[in-house]
Amino acid sequence: MNILGSLFNSSIGKKVLMALTGLVLFGFVTGHLLGNLQIFLPPQKINAYGHMLESLGAGLWLVRLFLLACVVIHVWVAIQLTRENSAARPVNYGVAHTNRASLASRVMARTGLVVLAFLVYHLLDFTFRVQHPEWSQHSFALADGTLVRDVHTMMVQGFSRPGVAFFYILAVGLLSYHLAHGVVSLVQTLGFKNERWTRGLECFARVYCWGYFLLNTAIPLAILGGWVKAHV
Amino acid sequence: MVASTPSKKLFSVTLRVWRQANPDQPGKFVDYPAHNVSPDMSFLELLDVVNDGLTVSPEEPIAFAHDCREGICGTCSCTINGKPHGPGKGVATCQVYMRSFQAGDVIVVEPFRATAFPIIKDLVTERSAFDKIQQAGGFISARTGAAPDANAILVSKAAADLAMDAAACIGCGACVAACKNASAMLFVAAKVSHLGLMPQGQPERDRRVLAMVQTMDEAGFGNCTNQYECSAVCPKNITHDFIARLNRDYVGALFRSELQSVSTSAGGGA
Repeated sequence: MNILGSLFNSSIGKKVLMALTGLVLFGFVTGHLLGNLQIFLPPQKINAYGHMLESLGAGLWLVRLFLLACVVIHVWVAIQLTRENSAARPVNYGVAHTNRASLASRVMARTGLVVLAFLVYHLLDFTFRVQHPEWSQHSFALADGTLVRDVHTMMVQGFSRPGVAFFYILAVGLLSYHLAHGVVSLVQTLGFKNERWTRGLECFARVYCWGYFLLNTAIPLAILGGWVKAHV
Repeated sequence: MVASTPSKKLFSVTLRVWRQANPDQPGKFVDYPAHNVSPDMSFLELLDVVNDGLTVSPEEPIAFAHDCREGICGTCSCTINGKPHGPGKGVATCQVYMRSFQAGDVIVVEPFRATAFPIIKDLVTERSAFDKIQQAGGFISARTGAAPDANAILVSKAAADLAMDAAACIGCGACVAACKNASAMLFVAAKVSHLGLMPQGQPERDRRVLAMVQTMDEAGFGNCTNQYECSAVCPKNITHDFIARLNRDYVGALFRSELQSVSTSAGGGA
């Protein structure tokens, strides 16, 4: 059997696909957070950063398509795995008992679905700007006079809507919880985990997930609290 | 002189047992009160005692699987209060003693539940899916000779110890029963690692892991979600580190088998 066929059809292959796409998406959300934290710097920083990304042109679209492919594979394979798993035990035990499976590991599908719903909304809102076409205007002048999109104002206006800010906080909270199992689990699936450094890995996951949640939440809270204000 | 024994106060419990006449009929829980239970009785002895009562009643005795009753054959297979092999750690059902329970307890006894382990009757399940997996690759073709030849191929102490940890698997199926997804990964990982760690297991190493995983998938087991319920109930305390090893072996074997050249005269003989 060829490699691709085995990856998509065998149980371990599907798990490896989950782990690899999960690793890519983990890298993406980390980078995305670091980029977003520039909201706490003067407005030209994040606007210049946004302009830099958009001026990548075809390169940006390649990256976007790659990330989209990762999301599609991650979700598609997850659906297959979940269906196979429930078919493997159609009758449940009379007494439900859990030895040590963490709650995070048992609600991966549910946290993942909320994150997916948020992802769709977030892309429509901030990437395609369907509700606010004015966010697409190039109205901000960089130091060298280039007119670029005003990402700073978009974020401030975006998160000034309490409902949106709440959905965002909920989604990053559940994503952090999703990663609490995912980050450790992907290392096991890729075959690099053993007892000797499990503790260190779990420690890293805990620190990462709390850091990811708190730093992400800081953005809408700072905007709602008035610490980050619109510059115009 | 006989040492004074701890308190042997007899007590009563209720067994709530899954009764299912055959694979095609629906099953249900039935309560059986058990009195004069000694804390030193094994759990299976209690089932024997309850069955003694049932043999002289119109009801059929409870069918349950058991053989060696000393934790090495892997035949006994009940799920006790939701946990395969009951409340102990690193023990099979036959090594569970009534001192693990309190007077008045309702003890729920069920068969292992998995599509790949269909129920034959009451607490007895068909676990031949494990045999099929073993037949697909759980063997070596190297001639190991007679006893004096055992040292002809050197095995490092580290590899021998680790292989022995994996070889401790008795194939009872508790890992499948405990897994939230009824996955057989711990069993397959133990079998693949046991032979894959030994020099004698190298010739078939890649073929073995690919064939055993394929057979596992075809048998209808679920997929591993790295929750380690399996190793928590394993009567032989086999670690889920072997599952990471299995994943690594499988991916490596996939790539190697893809890159390997195949002889054009394959199958022609010498």
